[in-house]
Amino acid sequence: MKLFEHEAKDIFRAFKMLTPPGGVARTPKEAKERAVEVGKPVVVKAMVLAGKRGKAGGVKFADTPQEAEKMAEEILKMRINDLPVEAVLIEEKLDIQQEIYAGITIDRNERKYVVIGSAAGGMSIEELAEESPEKIVKMHVDPNLGFQPFEARQMAIAMGFKGKQINQLGSFFLKLWQIVEAYDVELTEINPLILSKDGRFFAADARLNIDDNSLYRHKAIIEQLKREPVEQNERERLAAENDMAYVELEGNIACICNGAGLTMATLDSVVLSGGAPSTFLDLGGGADAERVEKGIEIALMYPKVKAILVNIMGGITRCDEVAKGILAARNDGDITAPMVIRMVGTNEEEGQAILNEAGIPFLKTMEEAASKVVELAKEVA
Amino acid sequence: MAVLVDKDTKVIVQGITGGQGTFHTAAMLEYGTKVVAGVTPGKSGQEVNGVPVFDSVIDAKEATGANASIIFVPAPFAGDAALEAIAANLNPVVLITEHVPVKDEIRVIHTAKSKGITVIGPNTPGIITPGAKQKVGIMPGHVFSHGEVGLMSRSGTLTYEIAAGMTNAGIGISTAIGLGGDPCVGLTTIEAVKLFKEDKNTKALVLVGEIGGDAEERAAAYIKKEYDLPVVGFIAGRTAPPGKRMGHAGAIISGSSGTASAKIKALSAAGVAIGSKPSDVAKLLKEAL
Repeated sequence: MKLFEHEAKDIFRAFKMLTPPGGVARTPKEAKERAVEVGKPVVVKAMVLAGKRGKAGGVKFADTPQEAEKMAEEILKMRINDLPVEAVLIEEKLDIQQEIYAGITIDRNERKYVVIGSAAGGMSIEELAEESPEKIVKMHVDPNLGFQPFEARQMAIAMGFKGKQINQLGSFFLKLWQIVEAYDVELTEINPLILSKDGRFFAADARLNIDDNSLYRHKAIIEQLKREPVEQNERERLAAENDMAYVELEGNIACICNGAGLTMATLDSVVLSGGAPSTFLDLGGGADAERVEKGIEIALMYPKVKAILVNIMGGITRCDEVAKGILAARNDGDITAPMVIRMVGTNEEEGQAILNEAGIPFLKTMEEAASKVVELAKEVA
Repeated sequence: MAVLVDKDTKVIVQGITGGQGTFHTAAMLEYGTKVVAGVTPGKSGQEVNGVPVFDSVIDAKEATGANASIIFVPAPFAGDAALEAIAANLNPVVLITEHVPVKDEIRVIHTAKSKGITVIGPNTPGIITPGAKQKVGIMPGHVFSHGEVGLMSRSGTLTYEIAAGMTNAGIGISTAIGLGGDPCVGLTTIEAVKLFKEDKNTKALVLVGEIGGDAEERAAAYIKKEYDLPVVGFIAGRTAPPGKRMGHAGAIISGSSGTASAKIKALSAAGVAIGSKPSDVAKLLKEAL
């Protein structure tokens, strides 16, 4: 679950981290009010769960409340990465001495949390890693001990800070770690973390992603946010509700399979055959007839879909159940696009008998099925 | 010979009284797996498919001499179940459960590591050694035949697809390991290659990878330097868009890292023959062997 910047900053402040004075506005009028409250030049930022917001024009500076109102009006009309901007954050424009990067994420290879810092903040960490990797400081967190105060100070020292700033910045990193621990955070970034001219550290930006698998133990925070954990369209919501993995793409062939690896490989096969997938739909293990029917139904709700490829490798999933599901979908009149079926494995013969009887063709190999569905999609399109 | 699971493996099923636990206990027994005990706290004295149920892993181990565990416990309790198996020194510990919080995974993985215990998964189909008729997992046993190729994979059904293709081509498997689809898993790709390297009866490897992370690139670097027998690979997700989780929590391209093309490049440079379709794997193995 990704938190909006203002939501993440609420958590930061609860852990006594400084953020620039200001607040959220959902209308231009509110934006003006927030700017009046700040009483200084402000920054107006689009609240969207997308990167590269600045480049998309979603961050603007305003010297007066009137200007802030006008900019908020512009930004609230924008779509960034195809997402509507429903709120802006109005914050004091700080007098900057230095921009810093601070973050914590998970190192998949070490299977440990890793704390990352750099005295050269502002640009993205990927860009920084390319341009000047020597400016990035990393420290892995001991899985038994957690991140210790002395390590937080070492981070600050390695980043080149001196005097009282070692403790100040160290404490910032330590608080960030406490938030990671408290909320099962899988990624947090403050970029920039600003050292102001008067010598204080502020989280000027905030990215905070909570591990979706841990949400069951963070019900209180989700309730406070008063919104759904993930922004989803109707089809994504239905798929999630039915515990299916579902991803929409730009092509026109829906791939309905069992297992994530097989589904990915099926998409690849479609592309190799000259087609373009519209849908990644993983039914999961042990899908029964009802589930298969539901999967087909969800896939067909996406207007881009022109043809369907069902590819099932029977293991726990039984081919006869899959065949029954396909039959039920057809008999209900749900299937409005040409469909190619490939299924092998457990109860393959029973499944094929069911399809044969119903006059539904099926193929034996993934390659044949992929090239067939590409052909059909071309005919329809 | 095989890796991690052989004829002497005696398995405890944690969460045996649940739907998945009961179903797969029957399937494992049918295949030939020595399932000697089950654990569900508060249900000792019961039996599931003739397997005695105990309240704790240590009770089950003491009564039956079990030495490995497979876990079907729901995600919120799976980390605790794994720690219980590790505390009882069972090895390997196969964690089937999907959606385990990553914080719990990290704790489990490092606790196991400090004791020299192998954790397989989470989010794995498990491990199978066809020659010993032992599967500690949920895979359909019949698609795997006995032979001399070691198989490791980050996915389930794609592995069955490839194993079935190998079986049809008359190529057998020493041991097949599902490494798990999560970003953080116990046994890593490179560690699996090292295990197979030590096994005298494994004469070639199949490495089935997918987008996300750089486990394949790391394994490639090791293979290039240390592994002399033939290796065939397949990488799923060549056409996956960046930033989307493709079903597995670990299958995501972040920025420019974790792409299939980077993995294919690294593996090819290490002399690994890469198939562009799952069915290529059996063909490439035929050529290599």
